[in-house]
Amino acid sequence: MLVWSRRGRALLWTVFALVFVPVVLAPLAVLVLAAVAGSWNGVLPTGYTTGHLGDALAGEQVASLSVSLQTAFLAGIGAVIVGVWGALAVREAPPAARRIADAAMHLPIAVPSVVVGLGLLTAFSRPPIALNGTMWLVVIAHFVLVLAFAYSTVSAALERTDPAYAQVAASLGASPMRVLWRVRVPMLMPAVSAAASLSLALSMGEVGATIMVYPASWRPLSVTIFTLTDRGKVFLASAETVVLLATTVVILVGLGVATRRGRR
Amino acid sequence: MSHPWRRTPWLLPPLLLIAGFFLYPLYFVVRESLTADSAPGVTLATWQRVLTSGRFLDALGSTVTISLAATVGCVVLGTFFATVLAFVPFPGAGLVTRLVDTLLAFPSFLIALAFTFLYGSAGIVNTALGGSAVGDFLYSPWCVIAAEITFYTPFVMRPLLAAYSHVPREQLDVAASLGARPGRVFARIVLPEALPALAAGGCLTLLLTLNEFGIVLFIGAKDVTTLPMLVHSYGVVTFDLPAACVVAVIQVALSSALYAVYRRTFHKGR
Repeated sequence: MLVWSRRGRALLWTVFALVFVPVVLAPLAVLVLAAVAGSWNGVLPTGYTTGHLGDALAGEQVASLSVSLQTAFLAGIGAVIVGVWGALAVREAPPAARRIADAAMHLPIAVPSVVVGLGLLTAFSRPPIALNGTMWLVVIAHFVLVLAFAYSTVSAALERTDPAYAQVAASLGASPMRVLWRVRVPMLMPAVSAAASLSLALSMGEVGATIMVYPASWRPLSVTIFTLTDRGKVFLASAETVVLLATTVVILVGLGVATRRGRR
Repeated sequence: MSHPWRRTPWLLPPLLLIAGFFLYPLYFVVRESLTADSAPGVTLATWQRVLTSGRFLDALGSTVTISLAATVGCVVLGTFFATVLAFVPFPGAGLVTRLVDTLLAFPSFLIALAFTFLYGSAGIVNTALGGSAVGDFLYSPWCVIAAEITFYTPFVMRPLLAAYSHVPREQLDVAASLGARPGRVFARIVLPEALPALAAGGCLTLLLTLNEFGIVLFIGAKDVTTLPMLVHSYGVVTFDLPAACVVAVIQVALSSALYAVYRRTFHKGR
């Protein structure tokens, strides 16, 4: 406890509420309100409807949601596998190689997503590998962007695990593959689950690289939401955003439950 | 391990993927920036055209100012929020902490979208206060700064809360029982412990706000252009690929220099 006087605490909490509510809480609340607002002429909506949410889950919009989910799964699975592989390999490497490899794996974090998209667009719009106009450019962009976060999550967890378990298993005669599968990877499972969640969430909300490379046939939800906003359909855009957040949260909770079950 | 170099080949697959999908495209960005429609071969004509254009200089200026202002705001607000949550907790503080954690995984454009309802010409604030109380706030740089502060404050709070959990509560209680006022306890015990985490969070926020795109795109103010916005508008709106690549190279140089400082300062051990 930092503040002991009752008046001091009350004052501090009041200030906290006065800042926190308009800065953090209000935007989130307004978005949800807009998603169910029928008409909005006063301070608060004058009528409520589920129409926007219904539209958000129909036709073009639901196709876009499916594109987002597929992209997130493909990019996320790839990023988690490569991230775990990278973290394990970097950990085993000699110090010099380790420093360089670690920096290389983190590098995409430093670069704005728009530039990642621009790079892929410039490099893969010509032979030998022409991928422009295909879904793969979107998937690759998302993979590159979430890989650094997946790697970072797993590698931080690896730093905290005790190498003694793997050493004991090896000294008892387990082959390196067996040590990897039975000891090291299982110990990393919570981090793998966290990395998967983070990758999925980031991919679902990615705009910068996506807007540079997406073809008309593969338009993720985030771009659809931008198009709707740009055309002034802000209520539908809000409903769509709520759908995006809800889908993400449902997947993350599911992943969390699955991980906990798996560990029992 | 006895033969460390024997295991190095395992590094190759992930590094090759980074090279193929990240470094190789960046190389093309640099190469494309050295071309121009007006002149064949390698030329600096596009660099000259972009660097002397008012549009670029404006974007550079507003990118740096917006991200510095947003970072200062995040550090101040984040410190205040985290300190209250950790050391003067109220009922429900745990719930608030979890809400803030969730915000980290959300896309930034949702804040921009919400701001249009809050601060637009027919938005809540204008309606509540009558007429045009906030005027053109939505289309000013201040609105972008405010949106970035809302979105990036959690990035400062997260490391700060982690650092605060290492501060022994007994020290605070002893200091207070010896007569130190809260401000003094905060400045002498809490702050020194938290300073590295605060600096790391601030540095990361500066990097992320320099690179921020979603918020600026969704607010869509005509007068507020940042470097990532310029890359986008040159690249896929006016199809001036060489110019987009020039801006991209400058942005990458700026961001990676900052990132190098961040890594050097906060990842010494690795």
